Amino acid sequence: MGAHKLLFSELKLWTSGRGGWIARLHKGGCGKASLSSCSPKVCIVGSGPAGFYTAQHLIKARQDVEVDIYERLPVPFGLVRFGVAPDHPEVKNVINTFTQTAKHSRCSFYGNVNVGKNVSITELQQAYHAVVLSYGAEGNRSMGVPGEDLAGVYSAKDFVGWYNGLPSCRELSPDLSCETAVILGQGNVALDVARILLSPIDILKKTDITQPTLEALAESQVRRVLIVGRRGPIQIACTIKELREMVNLPDTRPDMVAADFDGVKEALKDLPRPRKRLTELMLKTALEVPGEKEQERRSKASRTWGFRFFRSPVEVLAEPGHSRIAGIRLAINKLEGSGDGAQAVLTGEVEDVPCGLVVSSIGYKSLPIDPSVPFDSRKAIVPNTMGRVKQAAGLYCSGWLKTGPTGVIATTMNNSFDTARSILEDMDSGTLDMSAAKPGSQSISALLEKRGVKPVTFSDWEKIDNVEMKRGESRGKPREKLLTVEEMLHVAWT
Amino acid sequence: MAASAAVRSSMGLTLRLSRVIPDCSTCPLFRLKCNAKNVANLQRRGSFDSLRTINRHLQTSIGLYHSEEGSSNAEHPEDVVNVVYIDRSGQRIPVKAKVGDNVLYLAHKHGIELEGACEASLACSTCHVYVSAAHFDKLREPEEREDDMLDMAPMLQENSRLGCQIILTPELDGIELTLPKVTRNFYVDGHVPKPH
Repeated sequence: MGAHKLLFSELKLWTSGRGGWIARLHKGGCGKASLSSCSPKVCIVGSGPAGFYTAQHLIKARQDVEVDIYERLPVPFGLVRFGVAPDHPEVKNVINTFTQTAKHSRCSFYGNVNVGKNVSITELQQAYHAVVLSYGAEGNRSMGVPGEDLAGVYSAKDFVGWYNGLPSCRELSPDLSCETAVILGQGNVALDVARILLSPIDILKKTDITQPTLEALAESQVRRVLIVGRRGPIQIACTIKELREMVNLPDTRPDMVAADFDGVKEALKDLPRPRKRLTELMLKTALEVPGEKEQERRSKASRTWGFRFFRSPVEVLAEPGHSRIAGIRLAINKLEGSGDGAQAVLTGEVEDVPCGLVVSSIGYKSLPIDPSVPFDSRKAIVPNTMGRVKQAAGLYCSGWLKTGPTGVIATTMNNSFDTARSILEDMDSGTLDMSAAKPGSQSISALLEKRGVKPVTFSDWEKIDNVEMKRGESRGKPREKLLTVEEMLHVAWT
Repeated sequence: MAASAAVRSSMGLTLRLSRVIPDCSTCPLFRLKCNAKNVANLQRRGSFDSLRTINRHLQTSIGLYHSEEGSSNAEHPEDVVNVVYIDRSGQRIPVKAKVGDNVLYLAHKHGIELEGACEASLACSTCHVYVSAAHFDKLREPEEREDDMLDMAPMLQENSRLGCQIILTPELDGIELTLPKVTRNFYVDGHVPKPH
């Protein structure tokens, strides 16, 4: 191609590209120079995926919005750091996206601030045009059965918090000296717990699982994990990726009850694709006679895992004269109806399963943090319409607090974008009063200082981040997490 | 260049680089010079991608893609693949891409709102797209891991694929990729529990 021909065609593309960029600049902004008096200030409570995705959407949509994210712990990222399993590092890549948002000039992170204790929602509402509650679900549903408080019974929330280094779960020290562990619930969290209990140490020691957990697992006597659900195979709540991981887990073999799968093959053809593929894999694992190679692998396996269906916990049994668990009594159910809506109905029969560890993985639960915020204690969410908190002007919610504690990061992302859209609509329509300027973090920082609370900035967090990664390096791990708030603050402020 | 630096600061963008490097590669004179020499100079990676934010408001994920910069200004016609993105509001955005481009990172390059939370590691479904019927069968069969993640995507359709797994080939010229509209209603009662 002749040099000058190239030059002209390049020039044309170059100028059209420039035009496009300038057009995009003006489209997003409020059209005039952003005076500090008209810049909307939004406060987000909670720095997990919901908080960050809400912030991202707001900052991207308007050139004048400033967002402040408040977080109770010194470290950000919520369940991405404390919930996602250590052997799922790719899921944590989303932290890079959140980091870009946090470092945007119109976004600020304030860690170590306990909203509800150090500062009230009312005070935040006075300082900001809009307040978004994205603090997730820090509680868990309880089984509500006798013996639930015995030693050896844990909620999955606490167990996961323990192996992921959540400071409040540091002292959990679960006793892993028994042969059989029973997990109630069959969602992805239940499968995570099973997988962490049964994974070869050589795999786990290269992850960011905490050192105390690694040491406990190295001594663990647990060889058999049963994952128990109220209903049948077609109602199971986990997804195919996690099931495949269990099926392929080295040094383990599946142990299912064939009778649990009666009628399932016939129901396959009517199932939607995701449910169908999942059920097919379960059927194959439970019923198909394995080939020679797989048969050999299974015979050499030292650990087993299996689903148990149509079972509900009715009592945790103690060793006579002790307060330690000896087993769990399960009621046997039958199903009424089919598909998602099928109900588990008691038959009256029960069955006792000897075990030394029970993990209850039946759901997280949001808790109210401030009396001024409406809270639906039956559904354990903040009542809202499309993210707008009912009967509370200027208050919004996103993430699990808005919809209940289910969904993966993608679900929370869509949910948060929706809340951000509601906020933007309200800004444009005048529902959110933007006529008066708000002081934002200026007044809140002054309040916090008066109360002796020192926030952790994002660059403070980066110091913690670097220390953790450095400590992990010498052990061949991506990071060695700091396990106490005191340690985190010490690193942040030195 | 001083002009672009001034514009960047007026947009309030804070870049992570500690020094500002002029982005010469958009200038046709630079490309002319390079074509005369060695095209390898055009390849820049990693943190330099943040300079590209001049072309959009906020880069939503770090571009770890390996396609060449300026791939929209393809030099060889047979390398050009015409792609149309249809965003969530229904707007059609035509893009001139190149053979070998990754659909997710191409979208990022052009400011299209396609998230890639797990950065193309088949650990999420945020880059879910619908592929035009005429081109769907021309795509390579999805591997099992992609199908597993697609199963988690809301509003799955027959022509659903993950954008991060689509690499452009000449047969895909004219492909149209539609971003699924996100539902605005989330119910807790009667809500089908989503996995987590």
